[in-house]
Amino acid sequence: MSDTFFTASPHWTWWIVLYFFVGGIAGGAFFLASLLHLFGPPADRPLVRLGYYTALVGAILSGILLTVDLTRPERFWHMLVQSETGRLMFKSWVPMSVGAWGLLLFGLFAFLAALAALSEERPGARPLQWAPVRWLRRPGPAAVVAVLGSIFGLFLAGYTGVLLAVSNRPIWADSNLLGLLFLVSGASTGAAALILLGVWRRIGGPASLEWLAGFDRRALVLELLVLIVFVGTLGSVARVLIGWWGLLLVLGVVGLGILVPLLIERGRRPHPPAHLARVASLVLLGGFLLRVVVLLSSGEIHVLGSGVTRP
Amino acid sequence: MPEPMGFYTDTTVCIGCKACEVACKEWNQLPAGHGGRPEMSGDSYDNTRRLDGIHWRHVKFVEQFSEDRSQGRWLMMSDVCKHCVQAGCLEVCPTGAIIRTEFDTVVIQSDVCNGCRMCIAACPFGVIDINPASNTAQKCTLCYDRLQAGLEPACSKACPTDSIQFGPIRELRQRAEARVRQLHQLGETRARLYGADDRFLGGLNSFYLIVDEPEVYGLPRHPKMPTRNLLPSSLLSTAGALVLALLGLVGLRKRRMDERAAQSEAPRV
Repeated sequence: MSDTFFTASPHWTWWIVLYFFVGGIAGGAFFLASLLHLFGPPADRPLVRLGYYTALVGAILSGILLTVDLTRPERFWHMLVQSETGRLMFKSWVPMSVGAWGLLLFGLFAFLAALAALSEERPGARPLQWAPVRWLRRPGPAAVVAVLGSIFGLFLAGYTGVLLAVSNRPIWADSNLLGLLFLVSGASTGAAALILLGVWRRIGGPASLEWLAGFDRRALVLELLVLIVFVGTLGSVARVLIGWWGLLLVLGVVGLGILVPLLIERGRRPHPPAHLARVASLVLLGGFLLRVVVLLSSGEIHVLGSGVTRP
Repeated sequence: MPEPMGFYTDTTVCIGCKACEVACKEWNQLPAGHGGRPEMSGDSYDNTRRLDGIHWRHVKFVEQFSEDRSQGRWLMMSDVCKHCVQAGCLEVCPTGAIIRTEFDTVVIQSDVCNGCRMCIAACPFGVIDINPASNTAQKCTLCYDRLQAGLEPACSKACPTDSIQFGPIRELRQRAEARVRQLHQLGETRARLYGADDRFLGGLNSFYLIVDEPEVYGLPRHPKMPTRNLLPSSLLSTAGALVLALLGLVGLRKRRMDERAAQSEAPRV
């Protein structure tokens, strides 16, 4: 029997499920926007701007969700500053500590990138044409923001899985692949969110959206492979997933969220925008359900041996 | 500097009276659960069920009976925070709320904790939980306030059979080893110590004498530090980030080449 079955649940439920989902989208969206920014043609610029805006909104939402989940939300700053001494609070070996700083820095880069994007989009708005903002739009600073923001974005998408692994809970601590799984899923849902928003707001040309869809397909294949290996590495602990959670994982995450999008995107390209949006919706649903299954299935297991045992 | 202090719990003399639970609740002013209404487990005389934010002591009732109940025995164990020498909760606390005291015990500072609950997930023994009165994570402090005043912790003071013994760890280990030898001589060859040496977590400052497998008492056989997974998980995620970047760049290159090919194939006007 895995030693992880003798532990207690931290009661991380819907706020954290939402945070992991939104954080993954935000990180993935920034990463993809920065790739298009640095290596894509000028025609991709509208989608780049959309990606930066999505990342900023996601970073703000992430901070709110994390704070709301604390049982003492007014003490959220204890993550960053030692409450007794006023010195910085940072533990490099604690994913939650690194994550709090990572989210803060990601938010900063997402803000800078979104500010530069807004300045580019609204040349008539005088506050946005202030010299420091215009400086942000120059190739050098913009590239630095894109690269550093991407690194923090990918960190945000993946560290949540590492955080779960650095515990003693069933499923979470029984595999080292959760960080990788959440990272790939974050990139995939980031792409899906950009496609959905792009189609809805009519932002981004067909070539840009098609590139995102292509990236998403490759990420989904990778996610499926990692998910299979993840369940395999759980060994006997995987029996926790037998039942409703397993059904949700197979039908919701793998079926609706990965296989159906891969199957219906086969065929002639370019796909019509409405088709891309439908596929993106399914990918987002799958990404959300993945976090639901991983977090809540483990959360249901409470300390073993705390009552009657029979020989 | 005082030497490491802790508990040695001899489960063979525990009678399940719960005096330790009551003394702990009383001294630490812990609230009753469910607004004071009694709640029965329904399948055991153990109605406390588990350690949590308002139960820092829990007398486990392990009821081992055959189907026809002709044979059986009760195993009782007063469970508590193990005050691990290498404490997972202290290691992962992101606010620095969890500290090691001068007595080598582990204490959660309620005025620093912000209720992130990372320690709950990290504890290998399921000891910690949120106290609804303070909305912070709480557990046994090994009566830090009493220790500072030169007093014995409330639970061991109240234990009528000396199942819970308090003292310097060095002395407690000698006492426990002598008791194991005594039990072996009396024919109870299953008697063994759990957590008295440094085979896991550097040793437990609250260790046990048990007469069955650890799992029977709800104890993990090989409790581990949560950070064992940090390096491999981080490395795999970093490798994944590089693969994703490569996927993105290859996709962009392919698109550029496809566009160039389409341009060159287009009929010139």
